[in-house]
Amino acid sequence: MGYSDKVMEHFTNPRNMGEIDNPSGVGTVGNAQCGDIMRVYLDIDDGGVVRDVKFKTFGCAAAVATSSMATELVKGKSVQDALKVTNAAVCEALDGLPPVKVHCSLLAEEAIHAALWDYAEKNNIVIEGLSKPKSDIHEDEEEGEEY
Amino acid sequence: MSERKQIYLDNAATTAVWPEVVEAMLPYFTEQYGNPSSLYFFGQNAKNAISDARARIAKHLNATTQDIYFTACGTESDNWALKATADAYQSKGRHIITSAIEHHAIVHSTEWLAQQGYEITYLPVDADGLIDPATLEAAIRPDTILVSIICANNEIGTLQPIRELAAIAHAHGVLFHTDAVQAVAHLPIDVVDLDVDMLSGSAHKFHGPKGVGFLYIRKGVRTRSFLHGGAQERKRRAGTENVPGIVGMAAALDACMARFDQRVAHEVVLRDHLIDRVLAEVEHVRLNGHRTLRLPNNVNISFEFVEGESLLLSLEQQGVLASSGSACASGSLDPSHVLLAIGLPHEIAHGSLRLTLGEETTIEDIDYTVEAIKQVVEQLRKMSPLFEDFVAGRKAVHAVK
Repeated sequence: MGYSDKVMEHFTNPRNMGEIDNPSGVGTVGNAQCGDIMRVYLDIDDGGVVRDVKFKTFGCAAAVATSSMATELVKGKSVQDALKVTNAAVCEALDGLPPVKVHCSLLAEEAIHAALWDYAEKNNIVIEGLSKPKSDIHEDEEEGEEY
Repeated sequence: MSERKQIYLDNAATTAVWPEVVEAMLPYFTEQYGNPSSLYFFGQNAKNAISDARARIAKHLNATTQDIYFTACGTESDNWALKATADAYQSKGRHIITSAIEHHAIVHSTEWLAQQGYEITYLPVDADGLIDPATLEAAIRPDTILVSIICANNEIGTLQPIRELAAIAHAHGVLFHTDAVQAVAHLPIDVVDLDVDMLSGSAHKFHGPKGVGFLYIRKGVRTRSFLHGGAQERKRRAGTENVPGIVGMAAALDACMARFDQRVAHEVVLRDHLIDRVLAEVEHVRLNGHRTLRLPNNVNISFEFVEGESLLLSLEQQGVLASSGSACASGSLDPSHVLLAIGLPHEIAHGSLRLTLGEETTIEDIDYTVEAIKQVVEQLRKMSPLFEDFVAGRKAVHAVK
C-alpha cells in the first residue's frame, strides 16, 4: 500500500485508543458503507483545555493512524487550538499518506470537530469557527435514511 | 522474534513457480532461444517445444491439441473470448449473458462491449454464490450469442454447475465460454465432458510463470483474431511466442496433474480445518461461498465489526499473507462486487478475508494462522466503534456522509 513508517507505527501502536466515561463531548463520523467510522471522546476541563482524548476507529490502516495522530495533536490543547488541527497537519505529522487515503485524514479532523460540537451543545456555548458537522451521528438518530 | 515467519496464504493471487518448472524453462532463455517462426533447426527446436507443450496441455484438459491457443495471460484469454466472439457473431445478435460474480477481466470486457452497443445480462447468484440454471434458461433470447460464466470464483471459491449451464446454452444454439483461471489444475477439467466452447486458463495460478495463459477454442467456433500481425497460433493470435513461458506452463500443469489427487486431498483437509476452527472459535463471522461446492484451497470469511485492510496488515505483521475484498484493500470506494452479489451488507463485505492454500501449506501453518486471526480480530474489535455499539446494544451505526 505504500504507507510511511510513521503510519505503520501508529497503526501498530495506536495512541489514545479507547473510551472515556462521561466524556465532555463525543463525535462519530464516517460511513460503514465506505468502510471508515471514527469516534472521538473528549475530556475537557473547566478551563477549556483538552485534558484527555480517546478514539475508536473501524477502518483501514490510514484511518487508524490518522485517528491516533489526530488525538495526539489535540491532547493538552485549548479548544480553540484543537479546532485548528487540520487534516493537512495530521497528514504531515504522519509523513504523508498515499493519495487514495488522504480522505481518511479528513475524517479525523471531522471526528474532532464533531466531538467539539457535542461539547459545545452540552455546555450551551459557542465555539468560534466551529459549524455543525454534517456527518455527525447520534445514537438516537434514525438509521438508514440517506445512504 | 528470531526468525521472521512467513505463511503464504494467497495462492489465488499467484503461486510460486516450482523448481522443476524453472528447470524446464531455462534452456529456452539461453540455449534454445531461436524464434519458432525461423526455418533453421534452431527455431524449429523452439517450435517443437511449443507443439509438445500444446499437446501436453490439451491432454490434461481432454482437448484436441490444435484447439489450445497460447496467450499472455488469463485476462487476454477472457478479453479474446468475449470481444472477438461478440464481433464474429454480431450478425446473429448482440446479447451476451454473464454473471454478477465474474472476474474483472470479464466484467470490464462486458462493460466495454455494452458501450459498443451490445446488451449484457448479469445473472444473479444466491447467498452461496451459485447461479440457478433456470435463470440462464429464462435469460436466453433469440439474439443471444454468448454465455460466459466463471467456473470457480476467484474470491469466494464457489464452483458453478458448468456442464448444466453449457447444456442449456447449447440447447438454444448459444456459445458457452468459461473463465477457468482459478479452476485449471485445481479441479478436474475435461472440455468434452463439460461441453464448453471456450475456456480460459493462466499458468501462474498453478505454479507456472506469469505472463502466459491459454484459450481453448473448440473447432468450429468462429472467432476473430485478437492480435493482428504474424501467422502465429494459426493466424489467430499474432506475436512471437513466449517459448519459455509456454514450456513452463506445460511443465507446471504436468506437475500439478501428476499428484493431483493427493494435493487436492491435502488442501481440502486443511481448508476444512481452517474453516471449522475459525467458525467455532471466533464469534460474529460468516463463511462466504458454498461450504462444499468450493475450490479445494479457498477460504473466505467475513469478520463483523472489523475492516479488511487493517485485518490484512495486522496479519502480515504476524507473518500471514492473505487478501481481502475490502474497498480499502483494492483502492476503490466499494467493496468487492462478488461479496455484494451474495448479499453481504457493505460493512460486512469490508471485513472479509480470503485465505488460499497451497500444496506447501501445513497443518501447523493453519493452526498458527487461526491463532493469529483470533488475536488480530480481538484487537481490532477493541478498537471498533461498531463493536462498541454492538456490545452496548445500541443500534448499528450507519452514518450519513
